[in-house]
Amino acid sequence: MSRDIQTKTATKSPGEAKNSSIQSILSAGTRPKEANAFSASVTFGWRALLKIKHVPEQLFDVTAFPIMFTLLFTYLLGGAIAGSTGEYLQYLLPGILAQTVVMITVYTGVAVNNDIRKGVFDRFRSLPIWQPSVLVGALLGDAARYTLASSIVITLGMILGFRPEGGIPGVIMAVLLLLVFSFSLSWIWTAIGFIARSQESLFFLSFVILFPLTFASNIFVDPQTMPGWLEAFVEVNPVTFLVKAMRGLMHGAPEVEGIGVTLAISAGLVAVFGPLTMYLFRSKK
Amino acid sequence: MGRIEHLHPAIEISGLTRYFGKVHAVDGIDLTIEKGGVYGILGPNGAGKTTLIRMLATLLHPSSGTARVLGHDIVSEAKAIRKLVSLTGQFASVDEDLTGLENLILLGRLFGYSFSQAKSRARELLDGFGLMDAAKRQVKTYSGGMRRRLDIAASLVVRPELIFLDEPTTGLDPRSRNQVWDIVRELVADGTTVLLTTQYLDEADQLARRIAVIDHGKVIAKGTPTELKHSVGTRVLRVHLRDEKQKAGAKDVISLIVNSEISDDTDPFQISLQVESTMQASHIISALSNAGLDVAGFSLGQPSLDEVFLALTGEPAGKEKDS
Repeated sequence: MSRDIQTKTATKSPGEAKNSSIQSILSAGTRPKEANAFSASVTFGWRALLKIKHVPEQLFDVTAFPIMFTLLFTYLLGGAIAGSTGEYLQYLLPGILAQTVVMITVYTGVAVNNDIRKGVFDRFRSLPIWQPSVLVGALLGDAARYTLASSIVITLGMILGFRPEGGIPGVIMAVLLLLVFSFSLSWIWTAIGFIARSQESLFFLSFVILFPLTFASNIFVDPQTMPGWLEAFVEVNPVTFLVKAMRGLMHGAPEVEGIGVTLAISAGLVAVFGPLTMYLFRSKK
Repeated sequence: MGRIEHLHPAIEISGLTRYFGKVHAVDGIDLTIEKGGVYGILGPNGAGKTTLIRMLATLLHPSSGTARVLGHDIVSEAKAIRKLVSLTGQFASVDEDLTGLENLILLGRLFGYSFSQAKSRARELLDGFGLMDAAKRQVKTYSGGMRRRLDIAASLVVRPELIFLDEPTTGLDPRSRNQVWDIVRELVADGTTVLLTTQYLDEADQLARRIAVIDHGKVIAKGTPTELKHSVGTRVLRVHLRDEKQKAGAKDVISLIVNSEISDDTDPFQISLQVESTMQASHIISALSNAGLDVAGFSLGQPSLDEVFLALTGEPAGKEKDS
């Protein structure tokens, strides 16, 4: 049947061949029951994965960054802080993993916003679907990128001598917690991306936020060695709670407070920046 | 209830405006568009066509005024409208990184088809639009015409009652343009209502049953293509005589056939006048020959969009107004 139409297109005038088939196409287009929020989000997640397949260059940030960060900080600070890189790695790796992925969330915001500026979003927005699924799906697709970045950091860490006492389940739990936090944090960048005048200003703003969050934390050193005012900041820094929780999980001593606070902060971020992003998304010109 | 469904027009617009800061993109439009056929929105770049379409497709809230699409309010019943209409935007509204097949499967899934249903629907569409050979290529490798066809196919994954086509042929070569025109005619033959924007009078004339001309966000004329062209003095017949002394005689002959004004050209050999149809023009030419007048040549011109605007507004298309 399909061959038949193909031949017709080739031999007869293109208009004529199309006319007959377009009629049948139209009559075949009966409307199914509409996609629910979950399946629409998953479909957009599938789209994000297809984009990775077709444009693998976009994986550069989730492969190069993790390798660079892990090697650099392990060997730069290891000897000075813990006396040996092997020992420092046990302390540093969960934190460097968190820092790497948290830094990458900015690219998510930039990518989603670039995407939104294109015509295809007009079509998505004119569909009878749960509108946030467009962004939720994109962020779900990014969870795949974060997972890749995490695997790279952990694999590299293992090669360098990282030995998590919590075993595989502990590592998986820690990565899952990190994914939840990063997914939630991404909504800040999607929201700012709508307001920012340019990509440069988005990047600048993100560094102003992310540098203090990741460096003024317990990622590199024990906060007790810091001056009081800095320690006070570090103690309330969300990244500190995240890293505490991840360390606990990876080393087989789960820390309930850290996990609880991280989840609560994540929920808070989505509750505030999710609706804000959607508002900005809808009122886009 | 069912009867009421049939009674309302496809689109009812009343006092619709949209301002972007000081720019009045749509500046008070009232328009009723009946169901069936192609309705053309004709206007130059920046006239407000896209802004109008985006409001009707529920992508943009109006600054003031109301509009109902298939009986539903564009602000309070946006979701009901989204179930009934499709939009093909001015810039390809497909994902360039994905293949043609993936694009259509994606939309099929979003409309609620299962993956395998979506895939077979996508194949049907690609087949019908002559894109099967390019199904597995990324859209960024498509030609302009292919992209447009995919774009329209994407609007037909589920059959819409009303389809918005925003400048569907801008930037296409003549062959691709004809293909798009054929597709539009087929949609209409099947009972779909099409709202089409265009910058080309020719295109509106070819496809649309009725046309609204908009400029500076306002409707400045509406009617059938024939009415519109008539009001513009559509067709200009220029007759070139071999002997300038026969000019007066020729004018007498013509004035017996039409009562439109015959203008004296600066060229002593030429007469020009407005005619209603090609038939009337040929009637005039044969009458001149029968009267023994020597016609060296003649031409029948289609007015350009510029001439339409000049006639309707007294200024060229898209000219900036001081405000």
